[in-house]
Amino acid sequence: MTFTGFFQGLFGADLGWFLATLALILLIAFPVMVGVAFAVYADRKIWAAMQLRRGPNVVGPFGLLQTFADAAKLFLQETIIPSGASRAVFLLAPMITFVLALVVWAVMPFDAGVVLADLNVGLLYVFAVSSMGVYGIIMSGWASNSKYAFLGGLRSAAQMVSYEVSMGFILVAVMMYAQSLNLSDIVMSQKGNVLGILNGNIFNPLLFPMAIMFFITALAETNRPPFDLPEAEAELVAGYQVEYSSMAFALFFLGEYANILFMCALIPVLFLGGWLPPVDWAPLYWIPGWIWFLAKLFFMFFVFAWVKATVPRYRYDQLMRIGWKVFLPLSLFWVVVVSGWLMFTGHFDTIPA
Amino acid sequence: MTTAVFAFYLFATVLLVSAVLVITARNPVHSVLWLIVSFFNAAGLFVLLGAEFLAMLLVIVYVGAVAVLFLFVVMMLDVDFATLRSGMGRYLPFGLAVAGVILGEILLATSGWLGGAGVAFPGLGVPPDGMSNTQWIGSQLYTRYVFIFANSGLVLLVSMIGAIVLTHRQRLGTKRQDVAAQVARTPANATRTTQPALGQGVEL
Repeated sequence: MTFTGFFQGLFGADLGWFLATLALILLIAFPVMVGVAFAVYADRKIWAAMQLRRGPNVVGPFGLLQTFADAAKLFLQETIIPSGASRAVFLLAPMITFVLALVVWAVMPFDAGVVLADLNVGLLYVFAVSSMGVYGIIMSGWASNSKYAFLGGLRSAAQMVSYEVSMGFILVAVMMYAQSLNLSDIVMSQKGNVLGILNGNIFNPLLFPMAIMFFITALAETNRPPFDLPEAEAELVAGYQVEYSSMAFALFFLGEYANILFMCALIPVLFLGGWLPPVDWAPLYWIPGWIWFLAKLFFMFFVFAWVKATVPRYRYDQLMRIGWKVFLPLSLFWVVVVSGWLMFTGHFDTIPA
Repeated sequence: MTTAVFAFYLFATVLLVSAVLVITARNPVHSVLWLIVSFFNAAGLFVLLGAEFLAMLLVIVYVGAVAVLFLFVVMMLDVDFATLRSGMGRYLPFGLAVAGVILGEILLATSGWLGGAGVAFPGLGVPPDGMSNTQWIGSQLYTRYVFIFANSGLVLLVSMIGAIVLTHRQRLGTKRQDVAAQVARTPANATRTTQPALGQGVEL
């Protein structure tokens, strides 16, 4: 009996379905939140190790509870609303950021069949939600009624809109290979897809440059260094979040890290074979799929932290130049190359006409 | 009342209320935000119709790109409310006339419509077997409607070129960064070793 079926047997069809979905949402959202807390800790530890420091090591064993202490400090502070702010928009903006960062996880397949909403347009859903993420930032920048926040919001909006274009083309190439927009189908299409033994689009020479470009685009989309221009603490003090305090600031922070974790999970799904082991060899399948998935997620998160610790921030015109003059033509050209190759090798013959 | 019916009335109500608020909100930025809410609820209605591909496209294109640019422009503009309101009396009759015509047309169209039976293209009712509706849209768009599709692409291309022609200008005296030249620069052609004699400077 399925999970939903169990609830429906207890509470009737409608209420049971509602309660089962609610339980599943909590089952995803709660680990994501805990994951965010430990991701912040891991991030700080990795940077510290790269800069030959110790990092957080006071609260709890090995400093593991540092993030919870920081969160408790934030919750106990006073929420300050600037006198010139547009109150409703000002308070709505962090909520939008936070909610959208959690809502994308609905289509994430953690293992074969372990997904809350198995949409057949899953990839477009991810794209739609991530394209709405810009509103949280632009609204906070405008509603704060502060020059720094406004500049940060504008920068972020321009940056995210620019990089979404090339991100879309990269997704087009991946979905042409998989012939599906469903994330589970995309993972399954990578099973033994290279030479019959390797699982993962990244081993495909045609998609390898796409994987690298997607990683860089993901950095820009999540406002991570070297593309953290919207925050740019040296010039804009902290960009769009400068007027926020307490809980509202915490929501921005949590949303940002939930987004980063999501990108670290999406790259494995699109390019590293999701819950499949890297090599299509039977003993590797004895390890459960979700362990492979989490291992790939951790690896990507380490790479994200690695980039932040080592690469200096870009100048804004350089950022725009890379987005529009390098990534956009390159990804568009590569979509043509990939589709031409697939047409030439008869990849599309199986599609119903 | 089933969940779908409840969801329909929820989305439709919020859509209409936010559409009214778009034109009544005092602050133009709030107007754009209400417009985004109405776009989003229209996408919700598409999902209820089973057209999830169109719903996602609506969110990606209109909410994710077009409305962001609206918001950008409206935020940057210095809008003078007094001059905006002064035209109200002058434009009201014209606006009412347009609204009346549209209302009449909607009434005419809906009164002749039989619920559920009125599919405009007979052979196009349900996707063929083994095909999701997203694949079906693609197979129709790129075969049967390819000329219309390509033409709409051309219209967009022309308008894009027009926008670039109108706004692009080459200013004199600005310094530009040539990344290729910077990368191609080597220590050999950028530096020079000198041994200046005592009391003499270096010629640059």
